[in-house]
Amino acid sequence: MTQITQQEQANTDETSQQYLTFIMASEEYGVDILSVQEIRGWEATTIIPNSPSHVKGVINLRGTIVPIIDLRQRFGIETLEYGATTVVIVVKVAISSDHKIIGIVVDAVSDVFSVNNTDVRSAPDFGDDTDLGFIKGLTNAQEKMVILLDINKLLGSEILPEASQLSNLINNIDAQQPKAVNE
Amino acid sequence: MKKILAVDDSASMRQMVGFTLKTAGFDVTEACDGDEALKAAQIGEFDLVISDVNMPVMDGLTLIRNLRTLPAYKFTPLLMLTTESGIDKKHEGRSAGATGWIVKPFNPDQLLATVRKVLG
Amino acid sequence: MEIDLSQFSQVFFEESLEGLESMESELLKLDVNEPDDESINTIFRAAHSIKGGSATFGFSQVADYTHLLETLLDEIRDGRRQMTSDHQDMLLLSVDLLRNMIDALMRKVDFEDPLLAELERRFTAALAVNNANDDSHDENTVEATSNEDDANQMATWTIDFQPGIDILRCGNDPSLMFNELRLLGNLDVKIVDSTLPDFSDMDPEACYLNWQLTLVTEQTLEQIKEVFEWVEDECTINYHKKVHSPQADQASASENQETTQSDTPQQSPGTELTTTKPKAVTPAKTPEGGSIRVSIEKIDILINMVGELVITQAMLGQIGQQDSIDEESLLSMKQGLEQLASHTRDLQESVMQIRMLPISFAFNRFPRLVRDIGQQLGKKVELILKGEETELDKTVMEKIVDPMVHLVRNSLDHGLETPEVRVSKGKEEVGSITLNAFHQGGNIIIEIIDDGAGLDTELIRKKALEKGLISEDEELSEDAINQLIFKAGFSTAEAVSDLSGRGVGMDVVRRNIHELNGTIELKSTKDKGSRFTIRLPLTLAILDGQLVRVGKHTYVVPLVSIHESLQVEEQRINRISESHELIRLRDEYLPVIKVFQEFGHDADSHEIRDGLVMVVDSNNEKIGLLVDELLSQQQVVIKSLEDNYYKVPGVSGATILGDGTVALIIDIFGLVNLAGITNASEHAA
Repeated sequence: MTQITQQEQANTDETSQQYLTFIMASEEYGVDILSVQEIRGWEATTIIPNSPSHVKGVINLRGTIVPIIDLRQRFGIETLEYGATTVVIVVKVAISSDHKIIGIVVDAVSDVFSVNNTDVRSAPDFGDDTDLGFIKGLTNAQEKMVILLDINKLLGSEILPEASQLSNLINNIDAQQPKAVNE
Repeated sequence: MKKILAVDDSASMRQMVGFTLKTAGFDVTEACDGDEALKAAQIGEFDLVISDVNMPVMDGLTLIRNLRTLPAYKFTPLLMLTTESGIDKKHEGRSAGATGWIVKPFNPDQLLATVRKVLG
Repeated sequence: MEIDLSQFSQVFFEESLEGLESMESELLKLDVNEPDDESINTIFRAAHSIKGGSATFGFSQVADYTHLLETLLDEIRDGRRQMTSDHQDMLLLSVDLLRNMIDALMRKVDFEDPLLAELERRFTAALAVNNANDDSHDENTVEATSNEDDANQMATWTIDFQPGIDILRCGNDPSLMFNELRLLGNLDVKIVDSTLPDFSDMDPEACYLNWQLTLVTEQTLEQIKEVFEWVEDECTINYHKKVHSPQADQASASENQETTQSDTPQQSPGTELTTTKPKAVTPAKTPEGGSIRVSIEKIDILINMVGELVITQAMLGQIGQQDSIDEESLLSMKQGLEQLASHTRDLQESVMQIRMLPISFAFNRFPRLVRDIGQQLGKKVELILKGEETELDKTVMEKIVDPMVHLVRNSLDHGLETPEVRVSKGKEEVGSITLNAFHQGGNIIIEIIDDGAGLDTELIRKKALEKGLISEDEELSEDAINQLIFKAGFSTAEAVSDLSGRGVGMDVVRRNIHELNGTIELKSTKDKGSRFTIRLPLTLAILDGQLVRVGKHTYVVPLVSIHESLQVEEQRINRISESHELIRLRDEYLPVIKVFQEFGHDADSHEIRDGLVMVVDSNNEKIGLLVDELLSQQQVVIKSLEDNYYKVPGVSGATILGDGTVALIIDIFGLVNLAGITNASEHAA
């Protein structure tokens, strides 16, 4: 288990990046603030026929048709009723040379903070064929672990690969977390 | 700043002449045929007119003939831009009242040299 | 000064292509036996401009080639050469060749085509004929002897300069010429005023003075003469040279060299070309996306409207700032909103106008096509173009050209008869094909009409039987049989020569038109001819839509595809399998697609009898769509779903409704595929 702390030493990049963090199923996630276009409340969508269940439909964002993706469902976490506090983060996703505007449904927006790149640790390697490419790394903010997401990898693929195992993975990370910090 | 009227039906030539002269610090007005040029010439007083010969509506030679009848352009240098290096065209141009000619193809440096030659 | 000439290349390419277009259309109009001066002039001017531009911007391959065209055209223009139909052919071929050359330049690839050498040879041969009065060779020999060995020797030149009396009237200024001579060496200027008239006779605008100039320079006679190049015809200029050389013999030898300007030959054009050829330039970037030329008028209208909009906005803004709204301001707010609505509508219309181009852009290619194919088939054809100024959306235009080409080829190939057959039928020897365009409602109608033989109903029926598209005992009207040519799987390969049968059937033509939300109709009368009528929306950005409700969801169906909507009683419903149901409509059986099923959500009516069946057209097949309710009909602005998402089967796009929500637009053809109905008529059979 000590390898986690050793991995982070390799990262010597001094620059820092700002992240917007949000809460989902009591985990905190961060996305690069530069990719965030706006934050909106949940509104009814127009469903897209025969789309994967995490695609909630499309909305009209000032004349542009924007798909909405439920990140809970995307991660295979049990869904919640959408309520007044349900939030949609509209992000700009780079896809090859183009970009798409996509809304992601999360439980609540948490914070904006700066992370020094040296403080980002790689996600643990679980050795199996689980593709965790969309996790940029882990960091700590105010004594809490934050999972930093690579939004381009998360939302950039054609039909998003199912990641129902992710909740298990997150639990695993959680399990490792205290030990890593304590060392 | 010396004012030059550049007349050519070809947009690329017009842009090239216009851009070269503007870069060299001249005040350039562009026209795309003789008729347009004649109208422009009557409004603004140009120190030099550079005109293509073969143009629709009104050709360059007719333009030059017409310009020479205007008091303001009696002595103004009027240059023809022409690919015809044959003596006929030059002669026709001279009798129409052209000051001289620039033979296409020319490069920006050659154009500027000729323009400086007639503007002193 | 360094000026990057490549920045002008794109403009040059565009104008050259335009020039080629007008060249082509003039060439096609041209009566070779009696060529119209203005046409020849236009053709000449196009070639001339391309040559001038290409030489200037360093595209020497194009320049060299167009030089041949220009020379030939110049001779025709001046009446020195009689135009022949061979010339016309060569020039038309050149139009194609030059298009390809320019295309290669735009793509920055080398151009290679054996046709180039072939045409060069033909032009050179044509130019060589009958050109005995060309005496330029003699001039060149004289030229060669006149200025031999006088380079780079310091010499004193005495120049007697007697300008023509009108020199000033041409804007030439002797003092500027003297300035130029000063750049060549040491100059001494003496005025000779012996020719001055009496003061009373003097014309203030004339030049009476002569000059004697003494120039000490190393430059050659040619370089000195260049200063006087523009005026040498009207002036008398004598040059005397005294060489400053230790070798006295040489000095005396050339001392008396005297040239009288008026008969000094011109520098040969060849040398001039090489000395002034610009540096090679790198071609401009290949164009990205299309550009469009918009008339200033259209832009002005737009600016005016935006102005109005701003005024309305200001007015509404003022009301918005008030703390409370009284009766009066409520009234003016309502007025403002009405204005806003009308301005927005106008603005939308005008913005659409920007994309509108006259259909002549599409029509222009047909004279050539008809001429070439007519010749090939030995048919005499007159092409009549009507309504060329009718405007339509650029994108629609681009997409409609191919289907039109196909239809015109078809008319030429199958429709029009050979002159002999026509005469035997008592028709005019020359057949006609008419392209006609006009606006009707929000649509553009394009008609392709020929006065040929009409469709061969018997042959089509036979073919359709063979292909199993119809059954032996089916009683079909002539019209209904003719419509069969649009069916998928109807290939008339046997009956078709390779001209129109290039693997593309009428079903593809129809599908292409359908993809543009358009329709095509056919009327044919034996021995009178046929008429194809294409109906297209003016723009792809707006669609006339029927809003329908399926459960909680609203969809838009293109109005142009809808035949009718009806409730169907139980006895007219045929259930052939779990998933396939047919309804009987008059004497037809139509498959029904349950929209809710295909789209995977709930609806009020799960059974056909409970809902509403909308009869729509899918690739010339009638299909029923089961929906719950028809809502309003309205024009909708088409938005792309793919911009931020992916292509969705059965959905062609989305739109935003009046309440701000999104509605999806149904792609009928896609929906049919989604439902797995391959050939609707199979079910009916």
